[in-house]
Amino acid sequence: MKLRLTSLGLGIALGSAFAQGPGGYNPVGPGVSLAGNWGPVFHEDAHERGPGPELVNYLGLPITDGARMYGLAWDASRFTVPEHQCEVHIVSYIYRGPYNLRIWEEHDPDSQKLVAIKQYIDNYQQTRTIWMDDRPHPSDAAPHTWMGFSTGKWEANILTVSTTHLKWGWIRRNGLRHTDQATLTEHFIRHGDNLTHVSILTDPITLTEPLIKTQDLVLRIQNGQAWLYPCEPVVEIERPRGTVPHYLPGENPFLHEFADQYKIPLDAALGGAETSYPEYQSKLKKATAK
Amino acid sequence: MKRLAVAVVLAGLPGVAPAQPPSAELQTLKVQGNVYLITGAGGNIAVQTGNQGVLVVDTGVAAMADKVVAAIRKLSDKPIQYVINTHVHADHTGGNEAVRKAGLTYVGANVTGNLTDAGVGAQVYAQDNVLKRMSAPSGVQTGVPFGAWPTETFLSGRKQLFFNGEPIEIIHQPAAHTDGDSLVLFRRSDVVVSGDIFVTTSFPFIDLDRGGNIQGEADALNNLMEIAIPGVQDEGGTYIIPGHGRISDQPDLLEYRDMVTIIRDRVQASIKKGMTLEEAKAAGLTRDYDGRYGAKSGFGTGEMFVEAIYKSLIKKK
Repeated sequence: MKLRLTSLGLGIALGSAFAQGPGGYNPVGPGVSLAGNWGPVFHEDAHERGPGPELVNYLGLPITDGARMYGLAWDASRFTVPEHQCEVHIVSYIYRGPYNLRIWEEHDPDSQKLVAIKQYIDNYQQTRTIWMDDRPHPSDAAPHTWMGFSTGKWEANILTVSTTHLKWGWIRRNGLRHTDQATLTEHFIRHGDNLTHVSILTDPITLTEPLIKTQDLVLRIQNGQAWLYPCEPVVEIERPRGTVPHYLPGENPFLHEFADQYKIPLDAALGGAETSYPEYQSKLKKATAK
Repeated sequence: MKRLAVAVVLAGLPGVAPAQPPSAELQTLKVQGNVYLITGAGGNIAVQTGNQGVLVVDTGVAAMADKVVAAIRKLSDKPIQYVINTHVHADHTGGNEAVRKAGLTYVGANVTGNLTDAGVGAQVYAQDNVLKRMSAPSGVQTGVPFGAWPTETFLSGRKQLFFNGEPIEIIHQPAAHTDGDSLVLFRRSDVVVSGDIFVTTSFPFIDLDRGGNIQGEADALNNLMEIAIPGVQDEGGTYIIPGHGRISDQPDLLEYRDMVTIIRDRVQASIKKGMTLEEAKAAGLTRDYDGRYGAKSGFGTGEMFVEAIYKSLIKKK
């Protein structure tokens, strides 16, 4: 009995020593490894994510009146303005597109403490750093970036990421944008060779409630994907200096196009929080039945 | 109480009321190269440091001047040799006197030895209209102390300096936010200071009473667009220190330039339709941007912006 107690005590001591490592720190830490090359699966919202959304299709998005007005003023010809041509898909949107995603970890060489989880996304060649060392987010006066400033923590085996310091960027790439005041919460959930990405976008200026989206990815064990995205703007259309293509209020010629094509009321096409809930379908059926 | 005191002081000076009130504590951030940003003293302040000394762009409100000097001293103990004003407003020039006095001007040659004040304080550079608006017509009392006035003005389109191993350009932008606006470009650090031509905190405040105009504002933003070159993958590169708000780059400026252009076009269309000023102000022409750029009161509200555009465009006719 005494021996068993001693063994138990030794076991605890050894276990503790191994778990803590030199200096009392656990270099393994919680969570799972997300490292590897991942590719998106397009079984969700494939039409929007591939060819792109229709003009004035804001259905299912909890946008404010101001965001809707911004969208209706947006002319797709703005893509031809050189300064807009290489505009990066913001981190809150980039996981929707076709891309390759590489994830790796960076550890402190001395302690092997996890400092950051890094991501490289070939679309627009974006490198993203998710700091895992409890560092604070930068000052309000610091620059905002396409990938923002991200910190992460493990919640069981789920990597939860908080991002601030975003630029203006797409909510949906048909003119709906969130502002640089938006913040993003994400969850990366690994199930073997599958990775689920949950994004929760908050922007009190353009969204009346958080916009929640999910994307799935699969582990890619074969190399050979394209990893580059060189972009160089050119003058596609000569215009007077400073021209910004846009529609004046009430003059968007595509206002009814999506609604007419799918035979839904214009109010539905113009979105809003109500249109994102299942109950709206029955309201829509009643409206279209009349 | 402190803010009230600041407001009282500001009320006596021309072109007043900062878009962001001064805060109790200043904050200093490195931008890039040799250039730093000090926030919290009213308008943003840029500081360039190097072996030769210190150059300061704008000086904040008068009430924060001592703290500004202390913040500069934390960056460098070299002499403050130059102050540059981007425009006349007191939230950018209020600290001129104190910052100038904390600096010096190197002088020499046979004449300056007999001029007792030649080396006193830093030189203060600005476009000539800044001096005209800070001083007053002969016989009229100015609201700005003499010690805060620019000591060196320029009339041509630009003034050039070479300081701390870096070419610096002060580029006049006529009739934009005011009639005395300048961009300050640090060519080696790749940083440009915009003054209130570009702010990230509100709609532009077009000071019509001091020579501002919407078309000059739009032109100045397009000039700034051409100066600022984005870095790899459309990010970083040339950094812009706005008059108020956070450090920006060209994509940030692009969103602002587009906003100004779109709202100008809407007001122009309203005038063509025969709308009165009051009708244009009530038409919700800034509604898509109000949440982001609409100041709740004072300068930089959507209504003020529409009014300034309307009056600018009517005046043009």
